[in-house]
Amino acid sequence: MSLLSVNGLSVKFRQRHQDLVALHDVSFSLDRGERIAIVGESGAGKSVLGYALVNLLMKPGYIDAGSVQFDGRELTKLSPKQWQGIRGKKIAMIFQDPMVTLNPVLTIGAQMIEAIRSHTRIAYKDARKLAIEKLAHVRISAPSQRFDQFPHELSGGMRQRVIIAIALLLNPEIIIAIALLLNPEIIIADEPTTALDVTIQAEILQLLKQICADNGVALILITHDFGVVSRIAERTFVMYAGRIVEQGPTLEIINDPQHPYTQGLLNALPQMALPGQRLNQIKGNMPPLNDQPSGCAFHPRCPYAEERCRQSPPGFVFSGVSTVACYVVEDMLSEFSQYDGGDSYE
Amino acid sequence: MSQELVLNAHNLKQHYEVKQGFLKPDATVKAVDGVSFTLEKGKTLAVVGESGCGKSTLGRMLTMIETPTDGQLNFLGEDLLALSKEQQKELRQKIQIIFQNPYGSLNPRKKIGSILEEPLVINTNLSKAERKAKAMEMMSKVGLKPEHYDRYPHMFSGGQRQRIAIARGLMLDPEVIVADEPVSALDVSVQAQVLNLMMDLQQEFGLSYVFISHDLSVVEHIADEVMVMYLGKVVEHGTCEEVFTNPKHPYTQALLSSTPQLSSEKRRQRIKLKGELPSPLNPPSGCAFHGRCQYANDRCRTEGPVLRTTDEAHLIACHAVEENRLTEVSGAA
Repeated sequence: MSLLSVNGLSVKFRQRHQDLVALHDVSFSLDRGERIAIVGESGAGKSVLGYALVNLLMKPGYIDAGSVQFDGRELTKLSPKQWQGIRGKKIAMIFQDPMVTLNPVLTIGAQMIEAIRSHTRIAYKDARKLAIEKLAHVRISAPSQRFDQFPHELSGGMRQRVIIAIALLLNPEIIIAIALLLNPEIIIADEPTTALDVTIQAEILQLLKQICADNGVALILITHDFGVVSRIAERTFVMYAGRIVEQGPTLEIINDPQHPYTQGLLNALPQMALPGQRLNQIKGNMPPLNDQPSGCAFHPRCPYAEERCRQSPPGFVFSGVSTVACYVVEDMLSEFSQYDGGDSYE
Repeated sequence: MSQELVLNAHNLKQHYEVKQGFLKPDATVKAVDGVSFTLEKGKTLAVVGESGCGKSTLGRMLTMIETPTDGQLNFLGEDLLALSKEQQKELRQKIQIIFQNPYGSLNPRKKIGSILEEPLVINTNLSKAERKAKAMEMMSKVGLKPEHYDRYPHMFSGGQRQRIAIARGLMLDPEVIVADEPVSALDVSVQAQVLNLMMDLQQEFGLSYVFISHDLSVVEHIADEVMVMYLGKVVEHGTCEEVFTNPKHPYTQALLSSTPQLSSEKRRQRIKLKGELPSPLNPPSGCAFHGRCQYANDRCRTEGPVLRTTDEAHLIACHAVEENRLTEVSGAA
């Protein structure tokens, strides 16, 4: 039995006239110790999925339908009290926006101490030591000097790192090493390394992967970056406009993407064009929630779109490489299978 | 025939005095410490490095948002720093900047039309009709529609806002665009659109770009020359092809090996950097990178290396490269 199984999960945002659908019928499962990635661009619904899994959707968002089962236990029906035993303990989270922004009129240190002392009873001196340690941990140079500086005195990257350091303080079970004290079974990481420099990014990803592998912790990595995905995830789910459009083994998806959106996304990477040549762009933009196209949501941007793509959304087919929701792939498959059938009669 | 030189920086420095406390003497932060380069017409120079290396400060000096504390900056043969304020104002119109965050760089209370026309109002005597015509022309050049003229920034997506920022940068017919992380806040598919636009505009207007970025895959694609910075200094400078196929400086090698690659064949063996990023308040003696470098020896710890030519169009500041020590250690490791 899988550790986590998500079935037909739909999330809506309550609006005065008509509720907006942020997540359409998302299903997937995660085995113990498995590492998967949810990939998509902003507006694809990947962060909403992350929040929905741990019941942290902000109002007016709500789970409209579907189930999330963790170790055989239904999570969508739990009371806030019951959640406390799971969130942060069994399922740890590293979120991109740690819901802490820096106060411009307080020093970095004052804000960190506040965060520490509101959660634990600890002397000021020890809290200061811990805070400086954490700053060093996220590779802030001269941490004890930075401690007394104001946010505007730091560069953008450094501010981001201070926020991460505070997040680490607030939810110590998150930081990878300490996370293990509570023995989580799943870590959900939403763009954990996006704001970091490449050398540090590589280091943190390596650490995350190592720890998951060594301790049998499952990982759900939410990201927009295929480079990150290829480093860490065994299976990949590509999302577009609130739906999973393609899923399969990471290597197969990267080497042989089937869905036109996945193809477009990978082809748009600078590595895929010769230096100085035009990049392969996807026309248009991700549709906003209040203006979702009919049928397959990708059809206005898809080079292969035909009439039926506008009519109704396609179901999943297994292409032999990955599982894809696309009429064009479906057609190609049925053509192939006719040929196969012909051969076998001879 | 040699190409026309647009920008020529020599030994640019930006040092800040930082108060350390009541009784302690002020410290000096060398945000940029002696950067030299030349930029030819129609070419792209990429400045890469990690946060805090001084690449944004360099961009701000080139656009005269900050005055360098030392050095020379020549634009089309004129020494920008020696000119009077009036003359500077004339010339700095020709060097424009595009910022990373298209959400912060556009005034939310102004319509696109007035955002685009503002540079013209300040710097030219064009009539209202002429200004509007020019704004409309730029909007069509960057792929915006005429009806966008009367809209506010919040009605646009990140990619479209960056188009608006680019259009604004082009309003005064600049020669040089300093682009500070122009696509790093954008999604991949939109990033491709904006990069294509920038390349098209470069061709059309013969623009020169100083492209500041931490994203090496974007840099590899768009740059003619690459300059790698570490703690305010240039450690490697060469043609894009040279730097990417044959990186010499240990820091460049580490940076390249850390960049996420799709295919495992292309992926390099990752070079782990030990130690912490040094503080610019208290930079290490000798080579600033020595604390994290696997090749560091006593000379690196005491004597700062200078940029030297190794072969044509490739400059490196590293004792280990110079003394040919690189291969030995990596072979043993």
